Amino acid sequence: MAREMSDTTIAVDQRVEKIAWDLTSRPAEYDPDVHSEAVRMETRELSVKYGKVVGVEGISVPIYSNTVTALIGPSGCGKTTFLRALNRMHDLMPSAAVTGEVLLDGENIYGRRVDPVMIRRKIGMVFQKPTPFPTMSVYENVVAGLRLVGIRNRAALDEVAEQSLRQAALWEEVKDRLKAPASALSGGQQQRLSIARALAVEPEVLLMDEPTSSLDPKATARIEQLISELKSAVTIVIVTHNMQQAARVSDFTAFFFLGSLIEFGTTNKIFTSPEEQRTEDYITGRFG
Amino acid sequence: MTVRARYIRDGVMRSLLIASTLFIVVPLLIIISYVLINGIGALNWNFFTVELGSPARAMQGRPTGLAHSIVGTVIIDLMALAFAAPVGIAAGIMLSEYPDNPINPPLRVLSSTLNGMPAILMGLLAFALVVRPFGGFSAVSGSVALAFVMFPIIARSVESVLRTTPWSLREVGLALGLPRWRVIISTVLPAAKTGILTGVLIAFARAAGEAAPLLFTSFGQNYMNLDPGRAMDTLPQRLYSLAISPYREWHAMGWAAAIVLLVFVMTCFFVARLVAGRFGTRADG
Repeated sequence: MAREMSDTTIAVDQRVEKIAWDLTSRPAEYDPDVHSEAVRMETRELSVKYGKVVGVEGISVPIYSNTVTALIGPSGCGKTTFLRALNRMHDLMPSAAVTGEVLLDGENIYGRRVDPVMIRRKIGMVFQKPTPFPTMSVYENVVAGLRLVGIRNRAALDEVAEQSLRQAALWEEVKDRLKAPASALSGGQQQRLSIARALAVEPEVLLMDEPTSSLDPKATARIEQLISELKSAVTIVIVTHNMQQAARVSDFTAFFFLGSLIEFGTTNKIFTSPEEQRTEDYITGRFG
Repeated sequence: MTVRARYIRDGVMRSLLIASTLFIVVPLLIIISYVLINGIGALNWNFFTVELGSPARAMQGRPTGLAHSIVGTVIIDLMALAFAAPVGIAAGIMLSEYPDNPINPPLRVLSSTLNGMPAILMGLLAFALVVRPFGGFSAVSGSVALAFVMFPIIARSVESVLRTTPWSLREVGLALGLPRWRVIISTVLPAAKTGILTGVLIAFARAAGEAAPLLFTSFGQNYMNLDPGRAMDTLPQRLYSLAISPYREWHAMGWAAAIVLLVFVMTCFFVARLVAGRFGTRADG
């Protein structure tokens, strides 16, 4: 079994290397705009284990600046585990062991002298369930990341609040009730508030863990549109169960299966001519 | 099983539940009414405004009361709360939010030991820690003893309340780049504040009814004293002293003291329930 797994890992590595090479050679089908930016993040041989249970193993993948990368795969394939490793959210779980490297602008975020708090300021996260701070108002929620680290300048905070809420396409709906409790907003609004709150600290990368899974189709469309708009400001990595969503919003797609990265490439390629049979089977709905 | 049999079963179970509820509630009502019947006659203006003095006062029909015990109870209980609440809340936070910290196993043992310890031993503990070193009975030592009673109750309730606040709150805070202590203070504690307040009030009420820890700490006395460095009287302990005294008049005052104590403690529980009921649902809403 162990033997088999390492074989798979090697196979995946070779594939990733090949794809990485493909990407740098920029075949004609790739959108040139997408590739004008550099690699913002990169994982090298990233593995996460919970005790003896393997979450993900040997993941090496690049994440390009100002693009949207979708992580897809059946439940339990490790895509959320992988996402959470990208901003050290596993630190909270003593049983989780992370090995390998995650580079942000060339620096390993798991390096010995790196403060996870500073990493998380650069790599924000939006979660599956909208989670406004229940005791805070709309305004307080948006500026929480700034105010709670000691920024008190009211004018500056006001400006950030408006800018972030506009970015999250929520400003028009809440500008007259910034002081209302955040819990009074609808689910879709709460999720956009969560996005605004994450954007307020001006992260370089935004990780989104199935951000629309608890929303209705209308709110989902809203968030998807938002993701496309945000691309100019941040690099986005999104976990989604919804294949159509991955196809709609992402530039790159990574397909995970049983804790391994099966295939990574441009979304266009993954959805039209995947190299792996398993990718094709999953995308065409044969399993998962 | 037929539908009819299910109905019968449901009826039997419900009757059992009602019976066991009555089993608890009826004796409680008997106790409360018995206390009221026996004590109401001794409750008057003097009871709340005059100090006890010597037994002669009561026997000769001169004004006497338990003003000094009521004042003492409030002082000692509030001081105990001031000692126990910050430490207990801090311990609860430690246990819930930093489960891997090496001080937690001993903290947990200490907390459960104190929780299971007979109240009179809290008095001995405070006697050894405060009375002996400072050379005399004092209100402060009584507060320390009661703080030992409150501490494990507060620590445990804070721990369990914090555990019920959604884990996602912490993740959201950390994902914003906030340090862990800041996440706890600014997002987790506010979301849990009603639960924490309820736990503190229940601990307060529990300790307010204790007499044993005070026997050799605050000791008790018959006159008004506001100096926390000297012996001070409290209602539970006074109730005990009056009850074992040989004077009929003092027995009546003991029943009256029981009414005041009962009202005091029940008010605390009632407020705790009210707080939990009114705001408790907001924590996850």
